[in-house]
Amino acid sequence: MTPAGVRSERPLTPSNIAPMSVYLDHAATTPLRPEVLEAMMPLLTTDYGNPSSVHGPGRKARAALDEAHERLAKGLNAQPREVIFTGGGSEAINLALKGVAWAGKGRGNRLITSAVEHHAVLHSLRHLEKFGFEIVVLPVDRYGRLDPEQLDAAINDRTILVSVMLANNEVGTIQPLADIVRRVRAHRGVAIHVDAIQAAPYLAIDVQELDVDLLSIAAHKFEGPKGMGALFVRHGTILLPQMHGGAQERYRRAGTENVAGAYGMAVAYEMARAEQPEVAPRLAALRDRLRDAVTALPSVELTGHPRKRLPGHLSVIARDVDGEALILNLDLAGIAASTGSACTTGSTDPSHVLTALGYPEEETRGSLRLTLGRTTTAAEIDEAVTLVPQTINRLRGATAALAHDPLGQQVGA
Amino acid sequence: MPEAGTPALNGSGGRERVLVAMSGGVDSSVAAALLAESGVETVGVWMRLHDVADSYSEFKKSCCSLDAADDARRVAGQLGIPFYVLNLEREFGAGVLQPFLDAYLDGRTPSPCVDCNSYVKFGALLGKALRQYDCTAVATGHYARVDALEEADAPGGRRYRLLAGLDADKDQSYFLYGLRQDQLAHTMFPLGELTKPQVRDVARRYGLVTAEKPESQEICFVPGGDYRTALRDRAGWTETPGPLLDADGERLGEHRGAAAYTIGQRTGLGVALGEPRYVSSIDAAANVITLGKREDLYRDEFSVERVSFVAGEPPDDEFPTHVRIRHRAIPVPGTVSRRGHAWHVRLDTPTWAPAPGQAAVFYAGDEVIGGGRIARVQARP
Repeated sequence: MTPAGVRSERPLTPSNIAPMSVYLDHAATTPLRPEVLEAMMPLLTTDYGNPSSVHGPGRKARAALDEAHERLAKGLNAQPREVIFTGGGSEAINLALKGVAWAGKGRGNRLITSAVEHHAVLHSLRHLEKFGFEIVVLPVDRYGRLDPEQLDAAINDRTILVSVMLANNEVGTIQPLADIVRRVRAHRGVAIHVDAIQAAPYLAIDVQELDVDLLSIAAHKFEGPKGMGALFVRHGTILLPQMHGGAQERYRRAGTENVAGAYGMAVAYEMARAEQPEVAPRLAALRDRLRDAVTALPSVELTGHPRKRLPGHLSVIARDVDGEALILNLDLAGIAASTGSACTTGSTDPSHVLTALGYPEEETRGSLRLTLGRTTTAAEIDEAVTLVPQTINRLRGATAALAHDPLGQQVGA
Repeated sequence: MPEAGTPALNGSGGRERVLVAMSGGVDSSVAAALLAESGVETVGVWMRLHDVADSYSEFKKSCCSLDAADDARRVAGQLGIPFYVLNLEREFGAGVLQPFLDAYLDGRTPSPCVDCNSYVKFGALLGKALRQYDCTAVATGHYARVDALEEADAPGGRRYRLLAGLDADKDQSYFLYGLRQDQLAHTMFPLGELTKPQVRDVARRYGLVTAEKPESQEICFVPGGDYRTALRDRAGWTETPGPLLDADGERLGEHRGAAAYTIGQRTGLGVALGEPRYVSSIDAAANVITLGKREDLYRDEFSVERVSFVAGEPPDDEFPTHVRIRHRAIPVPGTVSRRGHAWHVRLDTPTWAPAPGQAAVFYAGDEVIGGGRIARVQARP
């Protein structure tokens, strides 16, 4: 048995993974920004104290953590104590939904959301359903938007929470949130949670202006560290902690804080927020160029809303193209794209988002998502503008040939 | 294939690209390692072939097949090659699973590994490799060899031969007899000249996580090994008791339903007769199972259907050959002759329990000439 960690005597062959030249999957994750890493470094090395310790190193760490709360809260227009750092976006969402649901169990049990939410929302609610909560999943229109009137009608006096995403990860559609919040606010005692994870890098988020009770964000979507998220909880909103132990985050999230991560997240958000006015229109213009090149092909349709969508987000369905083959061929050609959500298990279950938008299963198989980020360059888009249509065209013939000969009995033909 | 004048789509700068089917076992891991070492652009894939139930469930058990995919992924990572999971559920269902279930329901013995090679690995996967992924070949971790002879009247001037693996203990050529010339032209078996211990040595040399992984013997889509569960779950089969007869027609008891038995089966008969009895024939339509003593199951004549020849054509309408009726059995000398669409096999010495549905493969020494499925087995006078 080769002991774990012991390298073979022979060096492994040099990597023949094609050099990744164009990264167009920023909705999945983004690179860590060098300035953010630099800001985090002292907290990972010299200033390693535990913020709960009374001694000097502890106080130093505590000061950094306090500063992270202050700076992130300022960016969201919240109070520092209204920000809870978590181990990522999914944890923030889990804490929001389960925390509010259990805290509100005495008043009601109805939880309302939309059919295009992230699995962190949908699966958390399905979990709560097992414990007697009533889950209402509202349909969306063909662009992925929730109808505020329909939401209004779904709220009854047993309703304790509405959870809606600000922008969709798969199709980029931005929800009519102001209208949605107005409808929710017309009912007393209904908390509203907003999943702003995809929106945070590109849309200016102001929790006062949005008038929401809870809001989730994830650092790695805006060039912060992975494994770092935050939940805004409006003061006065009651939620039961889901992680028990120490007094961290005001008893709402136990466990020694990821001080460097929290600090890095605050710095990353500050920078992203400051650059949004410049970045968003630039990405929208690059995205439009790519969109025009891709949708110029026959039988390629934009998914999601044509205008009310995230600036760097392009999602399409290419009919008669095998989406799996498309993503893999783009990867082999050096373009990192995705079918819609990060998935590597080879499952053919159709995307729940595209299904909710009304696309039949066969069409969802040709889905392609290209998402730009702050570091995307015009030269990269030039390359994608050439390669993506070329790959779609080539695969269209191949997909037709395979449909006629699925078991490869005429491979020599 | 890219048209002339369009830039090559593979990022390899013109290097030959080969798709290697990785199961997560040591053999295909080493096949991938040797290919990558040889300098071809190697792309690893793990085929998702059946519903391993990875859809969301809070109570999901850890899944053995996804563990296999994880091992394959890890090895690809160690080798620094791209790795993807490809979904071939539909193709596997049509080409392997359905015929497997049909065989049992029809009283035949299925040969899923043969079908998987002909229709999935060197069928559907090869089709995708050539048509969708710009590859020149599919490679697997089979112990078998392919070579090519210059032959003027063969298409392209080359005739491909399918040969047994050099490690006689591991030789898997039996399962590959159905490959045609056009498939073999795009087939690579990097382990063909190696023995299993050598393969393990290569895996250790590379420090692959699969180096010490034990052999798996069970049918990959029947976890737990009881195919009756698959019959129940996938074909709606239910136990239908019927008569269990002795060779002379005397009723010995009841069986659980013809589909639950295969020819030559000993265990699970639930009959204590002093001397072991084996299933000697199955009449699925009448739901009757007949038993025999071990010596009653020897046969020397049977017909073979769905016959294919590796060269595309049979050597003759009648030719001497060695016939293998199960994996790793010693090929038995005999004569094969054409009878219309089917072929007739007459063995020089009887062989034990040839069963309808089983593959009968014709060899000339190390070379696979062709083969087919046993159709009807003639009772001995």
